[in-house]
Amino acid sequence: MSDRLFVATRKGLFEFRKASSNWDVARTSFLGSPVTQVIRDPRDGALYATLDLGHFGVKLHRSEDGGANWKEIAVPSYAGVDADAKDPPSLKLLWVLEPGGADQPGLLWAGTIPGGLFISRDRGESWSLIISLWNDPRRKLWFGGGYDYPGIHSISVDPRDSNCLAVGASCGGVWETKDLGQNWTLGGKGMRAAYLPPEQAGTPETQDPHRLVRCPNAPDRFWVQHHNGIFRGLDGVATWEEIHAPHSGFGFGVAVHPRQPDTAWFVPAVKDEFRYPENGKLKVARTDDAGRSFKYFTKGLPQDHAYDLIYRHGLVIDQTGEGLAMGSTTGGLWFSEDGGESWDGASARLPPIYALHFA
Amino acid sequence: MPLISFTTHLQSVGPDEPKRYCGRTLGEVLEAVARDFPRLPGYLFDDQGQLRKHLAIFVDGAMQPRDQALSCPLTDDSEVHIFQALSGG
Repeated sequence: MSDRLFVATRKGLFEFRKASSNWDVARTSFLGSPVTQVIRDPRDGALYATLDLGHFGVKLHRSEDGGANWKEIAVPSYAGVDADAKDPPSLKLLWVLEPGGADQPGLLWAGTIPGGLFISRDRGESWSLIISLWNDPRRKLWFGGGYDYPGIHSISVDPRDSNCLAVGASCGGVWETKDLGQNWTLGGKGMRAAYLPPEQAGTPETQDPHRLVRCPNAPDRFWVQHHNGIFRGLDGVATWEEIHAPHSGFGFGVAVHPRQPDTAWFVPAVKDEFRYPENGKLKVARTDDAGRSFKYFTKGLPQDHAYDLIYRHGLVIDQTGEGLAMGSTTGGLWFSEDGGESWDGASARLPPIYALHFA
Repeated sequence: MPLISFTTHLQSVGPDEPKRYCGRTLGEVLEAVARDFPRLPGYLFDDQGQLRKHLAIFVDGAMQPRDQALSCPLTDDSEVHIFQALSGG
């Protein structure tokens, strides 16, 4: 299992290290500032952390030394985009960062609120809006879900071809490009939106996939935790099968096993108008057979008045497929080394957790 | 030259004490400050060039409407304070 986890929270960035059997805080960065996302670029070891400073805007920092020192670098900008519009776009949140492929050193992707996808070819020193997606008339039908504007929260590079990218947006559906963002295919057939009039429930460009993940070892196989349930991608992002779990299908996070596409994890919550664990008991769901059945695990998780919600970037899996981590809106942080069947909680009382990243 | 001071929240990217800069308007003064502190504009303005909405700008004791603040005329004796609005959490 990975022995290092970065935790992005409402009050800073925390690096956890595993020593013997305990996970402890090894380093803090940006204490007091909201850190909304953190990644380690496996190609060069650089760390990237995104900050939402509220009054003073969104910032991006890079560390070349494992988090000891950080340098502020450029953020995606909407300067000059739709400048004549009544409400011209402006960066509200840098929601997701992903490195490009192994053969694309220095290339980064960023998804933002409002719903723009950006590319950097120089390790975040400069960014360009993927204008083909921004100007797509179907993109203009996107709307915000939970935020005032829509946003891109999931980006997945195809490990077979780094020019191929899948993207998930709330509420904007699932999209795919095969040419580094020049042309786009809108997927999502089979998804269902109960928050729209019945005749529009299947409209692909207004679906709300809360989180989209791809199985690295079976790159055409995807899972989505959607606003209206769990969906399994059968052939890339084009066609989806709705999965009916025995307990609530509502949630935000989803993780897929790196080598077994039929194995995925979810953290169910009472559906959208309430958003807390059923009966105040936190549990993790796992399917090992592509959604035909689910097992629910509670060992080590709070079962007495627990109101932890796991955000979309708050459930992660490591490369072994056995190690998972989960962070909650009330600052709970748990680790599992047995595929989610049992969990150990961190002793630290953390701020609300936005995102986790194994490194 | 007008005297400008910034909230302590901006001291890592701007002047850490009140400082005089040339300018006939607040916009000109901020441009002058930015030449010394190039990261500062990203904290004061959004990517459409608008003053961030949670800034509170006072010129000679009077809070300035955000949409007119940059054109606010200044004298050599003017004192400018840039604060952040209060918020929770």
